[in-house]
Amino acid sequence: MLVILVLHALVAVIAPLAAARLGRRVFLLVALPVAGTLAYAVANVAAVADGNLPTASVGWVSELGLTLRLRLDGLGLLMALLIGGVGVLVCLYSMRYFAADTAGLGRLAGALTLFAGAMFGLVVADDLLTLFVCWELTTVSSYLLIGWEDRSARARGAALQALLVTGAGGLCLLAGIVLIGQSAGTYELSRILADPPSGATVTVGLVLVLIGAFTKSAQLPFSFWLPGAMAAPTPISAYLHSATMVKAGIVVIARFAVPFASVGVWRPLVLSVGLATMVLGGVRALRQHDLKLLLAYGTVSQLGFLTVLFGAGFSAASTAGCAVLLAHGLFKSALFMVVGMIDHQAHTRDLRQLGGLGRAWRPTAVVAVVSAASMAAVPLLFGFVAKELAYEAFLDVGAVWATIVLAGLVVGSALTVAYSALFVWGAFRVTFAHDSSAAEAPPLVGAPTLAFLAPAVGLAALTVLLGLVPGLADSLVQSAAGAIAPLAEGVHLAVWHGLNASLVLSLVTLAAGALVFAERQPIEVASRSLGERAPTGAGTFSALLRGLNRTADRTTAVAQSGSLPIYSGVVLLVVAGVPLTVLLARAPWPVWPVWAETPWQAVVAVMIVVAAAAATAVRRRIAAAICLGAVGYAMALLFVVQGAPDLALTQFAIETLSTVVFVLVLRFLPDRFEHRPLRRSQGLRLGVAAVIGVMVTAFTIVATSVRTSPSIAQALIDRSVSLGGGANVVNVILVDFRGLDTLGEISLLVGAAAGIMSLALARDAAGRVGTGSASGSASGSARHPRHWSSPLLDPTVRVVVPAALVLALYFLFAGHNQPGGGFAGGLVAGAALALVFVAGGIEAVRAIVRLRPTTVIGSGLALSAATALVPLLLGHGVLSSAKGSIDLPVLGVVHVTSALAFDAGVFVVVIGVVAAILESFGPSEVAS
Amino acid sequence: MSIVLAVLAGSLFALGSYLVMQRLLSRIIIGIGLIGHGGNVVLLVSGGASGRPAFVGDGEAAVSDPLPQSFILTAIVITFGITAFLLALAYRSWLQTANDLVEDDIEDRLIAREGALDEDVVDDEALELAQAADEAAQ
Repeated sequence: MLVILVLHALVAVIAPLAAARLGRRVFLLVALPVAGTLAYAVANVAAVADGNLPTASVGWVSELGLTLRLRLDGLGLLMALLIGGVGVLVCLYSMRYFAADTAGLGRLAGALTLFAGAMFGLVVADDLLTLFVCWELTTVSSYLLIGWEDRSARARGAALQALLVTGAGGLCLLAGIVLIGQSAGTYELSRILADPPSGATVTVGLVLVLIGAFTKSAQLPFSFWLPGAMAAPTPISAYLHSATMVKAGIVVIARFAVPFASVGVWRPLVLSVGLATMVLGGVRALRQHDLKLLLAYGTVSQLGFLTVLFGAGFSAASTAGCAVLLAHGLFKSALFMVVGMIDHQAHTRDLRQLGGLGRAWRPTAVVAVVSAASMAAVPLLFGFVAKELAYEAFLDVGAVWATIVLAGLVVGSALTVAYSALFVWGAFRVTFAHDSSAAEAPPLVGAPTLAFLAPAVGLAALTVLLGLVPGLADSLVQSAAGAIAPLAEGVHLAVWHGLNASLVLSLVTLAAGALVFAERQPIEVASRSLGERAPTGAGTFSALLRGLNRTADRTTAVAQSGSLPIYSGVVLLVVAGVPLTVLLARAPWPVWPVWAETPWQAVVAVMIVVAAAAATAVRRRIAAAICLGAVGYAMALLFVVQGAPDLALTQFAIETLSTVVFVLVLRFLPDRFEHRPLRRSQGLRLGVAAVIGVMVTAFTIVATSVRTSPSIAQALIDRSVSLGGGANVVNVILVDFRGLDTLGEISLLVGAAAGIMSLALARDAAGRVGTGSASGSASGSARHPRHWSSPLLDPTVRVVVPAALVLALYFLFAGHNQPGGGFAGGLVAGAALALVFVAGGIEAVRAIVRLRPTTVIGSGLALSAATALVPLLLGHGVLSSAKGSIDLPVLGVVHVTSALAFDAGVFVVVIGVVAAILESFGPSEVAS
Repeated sequence: MSIVLAVLAGSLFALGSYLVMQRLLSRIIIGIGLIGHGGNVVLLVSGGASGRPAFVGDGEAAVSDPLPQSFILTAIVITFGITAFLLALAYRSWLQTANDLVEDDIEDRLIAREGALDEDVVDDEALELAQAADEAAQ
């Protein structure tokens, strides 16, 4: 079985490539794997009948319990015979149907092969998820096949419609499969069916599975996509829309029906939907002028019939269902082929224009008559045998519901007789007439060649053969039905069951059908006036689609307003609202903490809040930046109070640098915030900000008082010296314990620097930085000199800078045991560079750094990364540290750890980033 | 951990959020800076009671939790990187428009106003479907 699936996949890939060379003979290539399916099925007929079911399974994603599990049972065998047999004939037919120079045949052939393989996989799947995957593959390939004529808007529309309907159904099926699979504890189909789960969840799952099956098998109210799908080339319709794909839903219903028919909703739902589809499909078919659409609605009607038979969920009905499945596959694909031949030769399918096909068409007409008569269940044809079984099955039940179903089946079958007659009459009415007008009428169009006709003849011959000797199909149908439910006694395929009720019903059906055909005009008028009032599935579908678009537009208009304040406001409100709701719901609150641990805490906190409020309120840009700097320095004080000297050090250095960068950029911008927002929106902003403030305060109090296990702080402190070789625990965490985080952090810093440089220095093709509107105001920057040289500053810089650089190096080397570290050191050095810049401009900075900033940043990152990776080469984990001591002449014994090299990399990166920022914003003449 | 610090964090967040909801990029940047400080305060209090600096061998007094401190150190540096990057954006904005005002996105306004136009385009396809099916039905 697996080989066949792989073969399909291979040919599906090769066929589009080979089509250029093979032309329409590419369908021979397609026929290869399809014939493989047929051969495999034929070879296993005996084994399956004996109960030795071939199985195959491949582990797929074993962690998720996903297995590709296949098992060929009787039903699978019957379907495989149809898929393979009809498939091969359709391939042969296609070689005559398509002109040799048709464009896009490769695409068609590829999709057709993909479809045939997926369909085979679907009927032999013994795992619900495998089944789902194949199901979706048939949906997708069917989309490609329906929309094959990609220049026709109608074909595209029909393909999209089929995809949306069956795709939505596929999602329902998946949901149902998951519900059932989870309830059963397994996704293996045969095990679920052997031991069906129950409960409300399973009921919901079943309804979802049924919805999926209804969409695929074109049941009401989803049946409208199938007539639309007639936009596909006729050979494709003959294969997909009669013999195979539309039966996928039926197969699923068949497999689930017997174990689950006792679930309350099953029978009412399936039987009513099936009967309604059967009758309405028949009525609609009678109204058609297009022969292909007539067949399409006929298929809808027959699928309703099959749904009733399989959905009833008892053995005799399923046996009848299997027989109808086979009979329908044979006659319907033959009829589609006939329509294709008429269309191909006469270039019309309208039965109002047809009817003048001459004597040369007689062989074709015979095929059509035989097949249509089988559809109408005329005795001595296979359709009759199947229908007899169906009537018998429901006659034997004897319950009220069975009688109602039986009545529905008779009405539906009478309609079937009528539209079968309409088909033959429409296509061939003159061909058989012996009056003089027919003899005089010249044959308008040439009859199809023998090779074109042969596949349909083969199908019709089988219809006759099985109609005369139904025993030939008996064991096949029996084993298929046996796969669904234990067989009932005495149900056999036979031409003559004796003079009984079912025979009477068959005759009544034929008579009623003939009457309906004769009186079709009034019936058509009545059903048309009814049909105009009732909502159609297609109308509902397009209304839904339109509504969806409108909703999307309205949502977009509201949600995507294009205003940054609204976006950030919504984000902030959600961030605040959700935790606040949870916090309020989770009352009572924990014990309140103390007001302040030390008086200093309160003092510093007040300083910070005052500075922050000033930063918010002032209306001058530089003033706001300086207030922000004040907040930063006050934060550094807070770190001191809280026992975090490293943080204080870093904060001091970075605040100095930040202020310089702010001033560098803000000097270009207008002095004041000129833009004043509306007062109304101002209130909203204040409201959101207040909610955020309340949330953060509450969150902080709650979050810090719900500790359930002790901090790992003590463990880190205990291991700091022994593992990290340093006494400064914070630094050891940064460069050793959590070194990988730090590596990520400096990478982020490097990314920011790259962004800054490209934003500030990017030029367009003409070498300009901006669009030119800024160059007018660039004169504004002339207010600021190129650098602020002052007699006082210069000497100060000369003294301070070398001292700062020495301090930076000290921080770097001492950081492992004393306050300091790579960040602090790098930032102090960076602050020194900023000072140099202020005094001497960018040239002075360049004179000190010498290298380009990008080079500096890159080498720092490389140093850190190398330190992290070297232990890997030596067989240790990433970032493993080593330590040793060196005896230096002046300094004495210095303890060195490999973490120092890592920290040095950080140090260099920080200096490089500062240099990059100065290089980006420093030059005051921007427009070169 | 104390109420004062929780209120401090809340105030920094509130003031920062207020600034972030403005249209001038320089105010937004200052707001982000304030929120960064607020975040650092939250991290700081997550370490529990304050104590002496976390150095090994400095006596027996209770030690501050070093882990949040290293988080904060990282956060400080990253906030600096982001601030500098946003300033570069403001700088670019000045190069292009001589200001740092973030206007409404014109494309978005167009989508909101001309959604009806868009609807017609998609509707053609739906209409085709409906027509094909209606023809089929009659």
